[in-house]
Amino acid sequence: MRCALHAEWTKMRTMAGNGWLVTAIVALTIGLSAAVSAAVDCTSAGCDADPTKTALTGVVLGQAIVAILGALVISGEYGTGMIGVTLAAMPRRTTVMAAKAVVLSGVVLAAGIAAVLGSLLAGRLILPGNGFTAGHGHPAPSLADGATVRAVIGTIVYLVLIALLSLGIATVVRDATVAIGTVLGVLFLFPVLAQVVEDPDLYRHLQQISPLIAGLAVQNTMHLADAPIGPLAGLGVVAVWAGAALLAGGVLLRRRDA
Amino acid sequence: MTGSAGFERLLRAEWTKFRTVRGWVIGMGVAAVVMLAMSLLGVSGSSAGGGRGPVPVGPDGKPVNDAFTFVSRPLAQDGSITVRVTSLTGVILANGPDESPSHAEEPWAKAGVIIKASAAQGSPYAAIMVTPGHGVRMQDNFVNDNAGSSGAVSPVSPRWLRLSRSGEMITGSESVDGTSWTDVSAVRLANLPDTVLVGMFVTSPDHEVTTQGFGELDTIGGPTVATATFDHVEVEGQSGTGSWDHVVVNGGERGLPPGIEPVAEANGTFTVSGAGNIAPIVAGPGSETVEQGLIGAFAALIVVIVLGTMFITSEYRRGLIRTTLVASPRRGRVLAAKAIVLGTVTFVVGLASSAAAFALVGKIRSGRGIRVYPASSLTEVRIVVGTAALLAVAAVLAMAVGAVMRRGAGAVAAAVVLVVLPYILAVASVLPAGPARWLLRLTPAAAFSIQQSTTEYFQVTSTYTPSTGYFPLAPWAGFAVLCAWTAAALGAALVLLRRRDA
Repeated sequence: MRCALHAEWTKMRTMAGNGWLVTAIVALTIGLSAAVSAAVDCTSAGCDADPTKTALTGVVLGQAIVAILGALVISGEYGTGMIGVTLAAMPRRTTVMAAKAVVLSGVVLAAGIAAVLGSLLAGRLILPGNGFTAGHGHPAPSLADGATVRAVIGTIVYLVLIALLSLGIATVVRDATVAIGTVLGVLFLFPVLAQVVEDPDLYRHLQQISPLIAGLAVQNTMHLADAPIGPLAGLGVVAVWAGAALLAGGVLLRRRDA
Repeated sequence: MTGSAGFERLLRAEWTKFRTVRGWVIGMGVAAVVMLAMSLLGVSGSSAGGGRGPVPVGPDGKPVNDAFTFVSRPLAQDGSITVRVTSLTGVILANGPDESPSHAEEPWAKAGVIIKASAAQGSPYAAIMVTPGHGVRMQDNFVNDNAGSSGAVSPVSPRWLRLSRSGEMITGSESVDGTSWTDVSAVRLANLPDTVLVGMFVTSPDHEVTTQGFGELDTIGGPTVATATFDHVEVEGQSGTGSWDHVVVNGGERGLPPGIEPVAEANGTFTVSGAGNIAPIVAGPGSETVEQGLIGAFAALIVVIVLGTMFITSEYRRGLIRTTLVASPRRGRVLAAKAIVLGTVTFVVGLASSAAAFALVGKIRSGRGIRVYPASSLTEVRIVVGTAALLAVAAVLAMAVGAVMRRGAGAVAAAVVLVVLPYILAVASVLPAGPARWLLRLTPAAAFSIQQSTTEYFQVTSTYTPSTGYFPLAPWAGFAVLCAWTAAALGAALVLLRRRDA
């Protein structure tokens, strides 16, 4: 396993483009987070925005790049035929898959920490200017607050889970392009569909199984009772999605010819 | 191989590539299936709305509010009515036992003179009125609104209003002193009967305050009543000399609260109180709209973005691009042929599936008695054809991004993030309405305005935000934004395709 990890780490490290992707995860997440923090105004009537969730909005963009990284870890090998070499060198396919998952998780964890903490810092600097002050009852997000710490750690874990979901789906469909389309479809179509559903039960259930909505419920620090799902349960939903995708990918990787 | 014959062969070559790759044919089938499936899922949770009676419709067939207090008499053929309005005050009624009524005018409360075909709700009319918040207005047939002078009325600054009929033309004029008059507008009312009703009216729409919560809208409000004082009432023409009829037009719905007299008349001075509105009904939060039945377009969009990207990136991956460029060295033509074939195929498949989804959803809705905010058939055609065009242009955009990036994964992510993510951020996120509107003006997601069936009316207070289905750009203008992005991406692709080695 150590050998496999070392091999996967070398591939991850030396693949042209991966450095750019990691940079893009951090830059785009912080960029969108800062833009949204600057756009949300708490001085107007009906300030109901959750400062922590607002400051971390950028992950909806960053996760798209995380998904690319996750898919390319395996699809890139199918695209170039490298997968044949990999499996010849390490015939135990479960080990290959596990090594890929571990290395990918580590890289996304590092990128996620930078992206999420950077977003939080941007929000902390920008939001008070828009009326998010303790005087308004909406203090800017701070790591001294337990709920904010949970949101930060949860969001980082969310990004790692999205990477694993993407890895699993990419292992199933093998083509990176189709894999990204599938991952982004799974992420983005639930919120769009929930938007038009009238039935309150169906609406709630759609939100509960949506990896995007349920997963990012971990960012809520206000109105927890109104959320469709609790913070940790929501993260659990994403974990189930990622686990199911990895399982399907692992089974198919063992069964199919590469 | 030159000229148009060469291009024709190029088109045929690209069509053959598309037709003979099983994955692409299957992919187009998947696009059609997910469009239908997601649209049907979207409508599956809907049920018949509240038990309100039939809604009156205006002369153009759109649903309208037509409730007001009317002091009227018949007028045969041509003539005019002149009044002076000396005050217009309002009360926001208590919404529950723990609230007390507050004295405040609704900005769109209305008091003035009206010429109306009959007292039936929805019949054609033209009216000139004073409002507390929007000055003098001349309005006709519910949807048309013209501004006169600004400012509210009071006993120290009264306003004279006049409406005159000449055949089908109705002219509204205003004056501050009753001697020097300014025409506000002249409108033509088709099919106006010989004898119409002419008189004074007062109405006041419900008070509505909407706050944007966490991705959800909260609307609170309640009924209001406006009271206006008219004097110097003068009717010219064959109107008889009888007394004035007092009618509360409201279709038997909610009347005035007890204790408020609709009309009081003393020495030629009329004090009239009214509630309701004379205006089109707009689709607010919770209304079912035609375009909600085509929500599956989002799923189809992601599929055609994947297909559009692969249409070029798979040539790079397999090296087929070199064969293609050897066979046709003029790279701009290759790109054009690919765009035309991809766009056409996507449009045809998109049109078939959006028409099918539209028909199926319509059938389900009418079977369940779900009332949909009505759209003219022209609007419905625009929505169905526009959805297909949106898919086709988005596929070409994805192809152009694919040609620029040459890597499928990045290109798909870029295209989806450009087209779908701004829509989600604008419609279902923490973003307030202002930035959300800018997203839907500047990003390719603006094109979803082609599906909008609702109309925004300046003279009706409602929540016109992206999250309630109102886009900042007109349908075709929004679509043009997507086309501009696609043209820019194609331009970049062309430059890079020419410069770079394949």
